[in-house]
Amino acid sequence: MKIRLLAGILVLGLSAVGCGGATVDTSTTSSAPAAGSSASAEPAGTVKIAINPWVGYEASAHVVAYLLRNELGYNVELPEIKEQLSWEGFETGDVDVIIENWGHPDLKEQFIEQKKVAVEAGSTGNKGVIGWYIPKWMADEHPDITDSKNLNKYADLFKTSESGDKGQLLFGDPSYVSNEEALIKNLKLNYKVVVGGSEAALIKSAQQAQAQKKPLLFYFWDPHWLFSQTELIRVNLPPYTEGCDADPKKVACDYPEMDLDKIVSKKFADTGGKAYELVKNFNWTNEDQNAVADDMTNKGMSGEEAAKKWVEANTAKWQAWIPK
Amino acid sequence: MGDSPDSAAITVEGLWKIFGSGAQKVLAGDDRNLDPVALREKTGCTAAVRDVSFEVRPGEVFVVMGLSGSGKSTLVRCLTRLIEPSAGEVRIDGEDVRAASPARLREIRRHQVSMVFQHFGLLPHRKVIDNVAYGLEIQGVPRQERHARAAEILSLVGLDGYAGSFPDQLSGGMQQRVGLARALAVDPQVMLFDEPFSALDPLIRRDMQAEVIRLHREVGKTMVFITHDLSEALKLGERIAIMRAGAIVQLGTAEELVGAPADDYVADFVRDVPRSHVLTLRWICRAPEPGDPLDGPELPAATPVKDAVAVASASSLPIKVVADGELAGVVDRDDLLAFLAGQDPHSVRANA
Amino acid sequence: MSSTTVSASSGFRLPRWAIPAGATIGFVAAYVIFRGTATLPHDDEAPQFLAVTDLREWIDDHRNDNPFFLYFLNYIRLGVGALHTLFQTVLYALGWPGITGVMGALAWLAGGWRTGLLALAGVSAFGVLGLWQSSVDTLALVGVAVLLSLVIGIPVGVWAGLSARVRRTVTPVLDVMQIMPTFAYLAPLALFFHIGAPAGAIATMIYAIPPAIRITALAVAQVSPTAVEASTSLGATRWQTLFKVHLPLARSTMALAVNQTIMMALSMVVIANLISAPGLGGDIIRGLSRAQVGIMLPAGVAIVVMAVVLDRMTLATARKDPRARTRRTDLAVAGALAAAGLALIPVLPAVWPENVTIDVVAPVNDAVRWAEENWYAVTTGIKDVTTYALLNPLESLLTSAPWWLVALAALILAWRVSGVRAALTALACLLAIALLGVWEHTMQTLTTVTVAVLVTLVIGLLLGVAAARAPRFSAIQRPLLDAAQTMPAFVYLLPALALFGTTRFTAIFASVIYAVPPVVRLVEDGIKGVPPTVVEAAVAAGSTPGQLLWKVQLPMARRAILLAANQGIVMTLAMVVIGGLVGAGALGYDVVSGFSQRTDFGMGFVAGVATVLLGVMLDRITQGADRRTSPRKRKMS
Repeated sequence: MKIRLLAGILVLGLSAVGCGGATVDTSTTSSAPAAGSSASAEPAGTVKIAINPWVGYEASAHVVAYLLRNELGYNVELPEIKEQLSWEGFETGDVDVIIENWGHPDLKEQFIEQKKVAVEAGSTGNKGVIGWYIPKWMADEHPDITDSKNLNKYADLFKTSESGDKGQLLFGDPSYVSNEEALIKNLKLNYKVVVGGSEAALIKSAQQAQAQKKPLLFYFWDPHWLFSQTELIRVNLPPYTEGCDADPKKVACDYPEMDLDKIVSKKFADTGGKAYELVKNFNWTNEDQNAVADDMTNKGMSGEEAAKKWVEANTAKWQAWIPK
Repeated sequence: MGDSPDSAAITVEGLWKIFGSGAQKVLAGDDRNLDPVALREKTGCTAAVRDVSFEVRPGEVFVVMGLSGSGKSTLVRCLTRLIEPSAGEVRIDGEDVRAASPARLREIRRHQVSMVFQHFGLLPHRKVIDNVAYGLEIQGVPRQERHARAAEILSLVGLDGYAGSFPDQLSGGMQQRVGLARALAVDPQVMLFDEPFSALDPLIRRDMQAEVIRLHREVGKTMVFITHDLSEALKLGERIAIMRAGAIVQLGTAEELVGAPADDYVADFVRDVPRSHVLTLRWICRAPEPGDPLDGPELPAATPVKDAVAVASASSLPIKVVADGELAGVVDRDDLLAFLAGQDPHSVRANA
Repeated sequence: MSSTTVSASSGFRLPRWAIPAGATIGFVAAYVIFRGTATLPHDDEAPQFLAVTDLREWIDDHRNDNPFFLYFLNYIRLGVGALHTLFQTVLYALGWPGITGVMGALAWLAGGWRTGLLALAGVSAFGVLGLWQSSVDTLALVGVAVLLSLVIGIPVGVWAGLSARVRRTVTPVLDVMQIMPTFAYLAPLALFFHIGAPAGAIATMIYAIPPAIRITALAVAQVSPTAVEASTSLGATRWQTLFKVHLPLARSTMALAVNQTIMMALSMVVIANLISAPGLGGDIIRGLSRAQVGIMLPAGVAIVVMAVVLDRMTLATARKDPRARTRRTDLAVAGALAAAGLALIPVLPAVWPENVTIDVVAPVNDAVRWAEENWYAVTTGIKDVTTYALLNPLESLLTSAPWWLVALAALILAWRVSGVRAALTALACLLAIALLGVWEHTMQTLTTVTVAVLVTLVIGLLLGVAAARAPRFSAIQRPLLDAAQTMPAFVYLLPALALFGTTRFTAIFASVIYAVPPVVRLVEDGIKGVPPTVVEAAVAAGSTPGQLLWKVQLPMARRAILLAANQGIVMTLAMVVIGGLVGAGALGYDVVSGFSQRTDFGMGFVAGVATVLLGVMLDRITQGADRRTSPRKRKMS
């Protein structure tokens, strides 16, 4: 039976790709049948935008998805895939678009330069920066705490049940860009990275820390709507200089400010037509993104609703993205 | 092969079955002569059948009797190689079964020998008629034909009207009738019965025994019947082999077993058998002594002793025991009383 | 004659507790002296990890030019992918009217009107929950995985059922597969089959195969030997006997194999989302990464509904009297349902209309927020007490003790409970873990597992004893246990996350509620299994209920209780590892991290292997329960 099954699979595979052996990108999954949200109009095609797990990203993805659906008649899938896996998705056909990429020079090297399965599709217009933050009341009480050299002095403040006898540095989703372990080691900080597991855990802890005056040191990033609601102070790590983060094991400097950009699969760039044009043209400000993200997180709107609200209010902006 | 000089239906010679790895080594060496416990201690093997030989005549009911663990069920399975014998010879209708190819063996099982099992072995998902027709079905007999044949057999075993039932809707006795019918349906020359009635209630068991006797009369098959019940053996068996620890300790007619047990084991076995029911006058008659009046009543030698009592009480003269028209001996009241009282001066003759 | 036999030669007899007490003192002394030496601290850059990461890089680079991939693995991936696409296409083409109608018809045929209506309601629930698309994706993935599992599992199972030798070969493999935590499957699969739906289907398939094989083998082996013999004695060939006797007689048990395979597949299919398989898992992971129970709950409910519908359908098929003809009315209704569903395909939209969905996200989130705020004192109290009183001391004990001391303790414990062979296996597992470079994280996971198992056993014993003694309580509890055991493991993360946020305690809480039902059941059955005559005798001798319990029922149910402990440990481990997603850290987090960060792939892979080793070790230490009634008994013989 097994042999017959294998033979069957082999025949299937052979007939699918001819006789040259099967490569990963000949996968059939990239052409999943269209679910057809509107039974009437035949969709122009399917675009798969990976959803990375932070709300700012989702805001961008939902606005683009909304326009693709309603202005260009595409069918859009939004698979939940983490940052680095999304890049692999370019190769397997599971992902067409990463709408907000934070740096990742190594992945660009591998997937754009070497494997040639992805291409850059320009800036999103957002400026991004990662850093370590504390609630404002801590900076008020201990003015020198904002210098990373003094962090060890305050390690006791940050102890929790999860960090044992060290200070706690709260981290987010396991998939986030991270130099934390290396920083702690190389700056000889008496801290332990504790993984909150999600953006939401970070937000909740930050809000509680400021409201209830609880000590907290945590990983966070800008653009983020939280800054307009809760006062947070960034801890100064040794300043970023060009190339100081080249070796991930030896990093001892702060994160650089990044131009966030879009990455699309080579296939999508070649055959995506108007959808690709729209993705390429997409460009907005941190304020735009924060507004949509805020609606999604705090106003109880779904991604689609928040996108719709922004689109209706900002016609001029998105009109410029629509390909002629 | 078919024209071998012996006309036996089944011939078994020097048959061995040893379970466990290294059976061949045991057979080749002296270990084969160890008693079962010692053998198991030494080699880990179990000798279930040890050097068994016998012949079954065509049309005979041959009973193998023994307690559980005596190897009788293994023995019967060795006959059609449901269990592969370790050594020895089995011939059915002159054909060497052990040399048969798998295909030939299937042919033997399909057409020559069929079997009835202690736990029936019916297929619960099939109707009675399809159970009976099963043997024909695997032979490739067309449906209509095999159903006709099965219906015929069903009425032979008294199950008219149950063709459409499922086995679990029948009583135990009726289920075994189905088993019997299934074995009969393929019209074999030999039928093997592996303790077929031991799972049944005593009353039903008696009915079924009568049924077997009746069938044997009607269809005249050769039968090998395994049982652990002595009374069943005595009732059915023309000849009986008693097995103990894998070997046959005595083989003979019911009379021979009861009248002349080969050893204490058999004697112990048959002790509670009402001897007057089994033994015939042949066993207790003596040569007429001078002075014995020879004008008394005359009885055939095959008369059970108990039936002679009434005659003896009616006449004070010694009874003349006649076999094949000739005088075989005489029995008088004293002889009968001594026999019934358990003194059996004549049993010394058993070694004859 | 018990444990003291060891020292009996010295001429005087020690009390029974002396040796364990002495051993304990010895270990405490050794710990105090050697504490902090020979520890194996965790290093993210351990060469073992880097080697695996390099291997992955190499595979990634050569996936499309190495012949083994080009001509073998990629074809499997492709074939499974094609099958998945086929399932998806069919399901999408049916649309919701078609799927609802066909499922309803099948369920009606399988189990009559109750099951039929349940299926109709269940399938509609996917739509009402607003999860139509994800549910159909999940259904397609489960369909592919179950189909493949059965295509492979049933023949292997039949073979194993027929041949004792095959069974002996297959059983240990299945044993290991079944104690393997679900997470451990993912990394190797991603390595060989990349990510996406095909890899997810294969992972699910591998996870779901063991019950298919095991139960099929059991079903075939259980077939009445007389029936088989009767068939052989009539001259049937092996194939004739197989098809006319074995398979028909094994049929209803084999339907249970299908049932179990589906259940296993459903619990794995969610986790497969971590390697980008589509479906409801995505919604649950999304909820996890947003910490929004409101997103997770509907997806969790949909999974449970799917499990219940498929469970009832297959169970009904299994229990159905194979001889009973389907009644004409049932046929008619089923036909009408299917026809109506199919006829409505062109009329109704293929996707569930959005205006008939209920949006529970906001209200659930609000409820959770309310619970968080109002129960904060209680939940934090429980969490902190457990963490400070149990978790942290035990963790620092295990991580600061020399590795050889821990290994020695495991060896002696396993030896005492399960004998020499088990002890050596356990030791080998621990040494392998040490060599793999994940000692510290394994000790942390072990800590969490130990605490969770203790809590599970305490609760399980209490509920089990209560159920055994109060039939009414048992009657209420049984259906709840049944329902709990139908739910995929993932669902248990929800309430845990809602109440405790992301901490190690969350994983403990989730694994406790996951593992308690089978433990309760085993304990209850064990106590009820004490022969009534023994109980009667004890009562007649004037035992109080307490004496009856302590002196008769619990000791006699010892075997069942130890088996419960074994089960509890295996299940707890699986859940604690999944708990890596909600803050359990250690090995589970390493696995998650291995999927999220390419540089950590090696660590994640190795951590997956370590969870398997840890599982085997814990199983071996406690498996003695399974094999013999009492550890003393064997020494006496």
